[in-house]
Amino acid sequence: MYWEPDRECMGKEELEQLQFERLQSTLNRIYSHVPAYRKKFDALGILPEDIGSLADFSRLPFTTKEDLRENYPYGLFAVPLREVVRIHASSGTTGESTVVGYTRNDVRIWSNLTARVLTMGGVTKDDVVQIAFGYGLFTGGFGLHYGAEQIGASVIPASSGNTHRQIKIMMDFKTTALVSTPSYALLVAETIREQGIPPAALSLKYGLFGAEPWSERMRREIEEKLGIVATDNYGLSEIIGPGVSGECREQNGLHINEDHFLVEVVDPETLQPMPGGETGELVITSLTKEAFPMIRYRTRDLTSILPGDCPCGRTLRRMARVRGRTDDMLIIKGVNVFPSQIESVLFEFEGTEPHYQIVLDRKGGLDEVTVLVEVGESIFFDQMRQQRGMMERIRKRLAQELGITVEVRLVEKKTIARSEGKTRRVIDNRTL
Amino acid sequence: MLRIKNLEAGYGPLKVLRKVSLHIGPGEIVTVIGANGAGKSTFLKTIAGLLGASGGEVLFEKQDIRKLPAERIVSLGCSLVPEGRQLFAPMTVRENLVLGACVQFRRRRDEEVKEDLDRVFVLFPRLKERETQLAGTLSGGEQQMLAIGRALLSRPRMLLLDEPSMGLAPRMVREIFAHIARLRREFGLTILLVEQNARGALAIADRGYVLETGRMILQGPSGDLLLNKDVQRAYLGRSPEEDA
Repeated sequence: MYWEPDRECMGKEELEQLQFERLQSTLNRIYSHVPAYRKKFDALGILPEDIGSLADFSRLPFTTKEDLRENYPYGLFAVPLREVVRIHASSGTTGESTVVGYTRNDVRIWSNLTARVLTMGGVTKDDVVQIAFGYGLFTGGFGLHYGAEQIGASVIPASSGNTHRQIKIMMDFKTTALVSTPSYALLVAETIREQGIPPAALSLKYGLFGAEPWSERMRREIEEKLGIVATDNYGLSEIIGPGVSGECREQNGLHINEDHFLVEVVDPETLQPMPGGETGELVITSLTKEAFPMIRYRTRDLTSILPGDCPCGRTLRRMARVRGRTDDMLIIKGVNVFPSQIESVLFEFEGTEPHYQIVLDRKGGLDEVTVLVEVGESIFFDQMRQQRGMMERIRKRLAQELGITVEVRLVEKKTIARSEGKTRRVIDNRTL
Repeated sequence: MLRIKNLEAGYGPLKVLRKVSLHIGPGEIVTVIGANGAGKSTFLKTIAGLLGASGGEVLFEKQDIRKLPAERIVSLGCSLVPEGRQLFAPMTVRENLVLGACVQFRRRRDEEVKEDLDRVFVLFPRLKERETQLAGTLSGGEQQMLAIGRALLSRPRMLLLDEPSMGLAPRMVREIFAHIARLRREFGLTILLVEQNARGALAIADRGYVLETGRMILQGPSGDLLLNKDVQRAYLGRSPEEDA
């Protein structure tokens, strides 16, 4: 099932021509409409017409979160405010929030793109879609809401929070598709188990999850516990919100909506393109945005472009699930460590729960890392020996994976605080 | 069908087109809208080979036609209906049409020409009625039909139309646009339409491009462009306030 087959299955040459045309007009518009971009271009002595191919494109300057903050709130808008019909702002998890705007056309295109993503994940007009993302300044709720409506599905704008009520809605309204963060889906799964509700009592078929990094193991766990097909989708408010990319039912990476976004993967340190297929920082350029175009935006998200064609027939290239953020990168004992690396190790072990926390301390000038891992009852109530053996095996695997030694502590289920939005994975108590 | 990348052209030191790119798929109607002096006619003339390009690439059915002479481009199946019709006023309607069949100074077989004439007369019964009249005595709308008819006699697969609605009364403008839509429906033609009448052009086109001082500043499905406030303000003669 495709939403826009002529776009999603475009030939490569045709796509490149379209991308190039759209890039050219985006550059022409921002150069004349956005002084901040013009200043940056002028400083480098670049005119829009100097960009004669997609390859020349790498001469353009990057845009960062700092640029957005410097131009807070409306400095990077390319249309007057009277043409903006919607304003969203980023959650500001990592600092001051940033503001983005949409024209009427932007909202229409956005709805189409989230409709694509929802269709990829299995949603049709016959589905009842419960959106458990926050509605508000955050783009997640509204973005997917409009897409689901566009498809013609019955949309329940449940918003986030109040898990018991969400589950009641899910049962009473016969929700067939859940849209939320993956960690929230797990919370729902745990809660229904606690309440003694069998997954079969729900009508859920699909789960479309995004807004935070997760893992393959977590996917399997959600799929089993809720009896659904779970797909990943990706987006960020600075670019458009959800709708940048999404997984199809093959579950082998996220198809990027390349007719609207040009992507690059660069080394976050040197800013040079990563050689084919290697993980680096995702950089995105919007090709059709009217109100808030973005040129080479450094997303700080870590991913890679996957090789090969997808059996689903879409020609849109795929990106790997986001492995984490460049600013999640922890420097521990001088070594770069991504929480996602720790996560993938933990998920190799039977009996661990997909909840963990990394606690960093500094004692006597030395970094100490403790990884708290929740384990199921079967392990906790068995002998100490078994517990110790498991801790030891995890410790060894982590040392092997990360190149540093860490402490591992097993904790009882539900010891680590659950969140209804994003989970806090790292507690850094180090004072420099 | 047609793929243009970074086309540059001008008159002497005057640069008119600055890296213009555009594509048209087979059977599409695509319009380029823009104000006077934006470079719309220059763009079409450059594609048609009437004006040399200083850079870029023009692929017609995968063949680079950028450096080909105008008559070669016509014989490949891409015909221009020029701005201001450019008819031969002292010749009859029929003579003007038959001239269109003279591709590369070689007349096609009479039966073939006859067949094509009949098709044009079916499309434009008015021309049939005026078959023996001098072209100079036709109304503006009829002249435009004649110019289109003449281009059809070269048996094109793609038509380049330069401001077909220019100087016509509103009723005739509507009629001409309706005829252009029929050219695709009934003749299977691919059409590149350059227009100042953005509303009329976007109404029949699948997609549109906005050319401003030699640069493409917008492009997209016609519906999107009709909703774009810049397009509304600059080309549809409607202020955003009226929209509210």
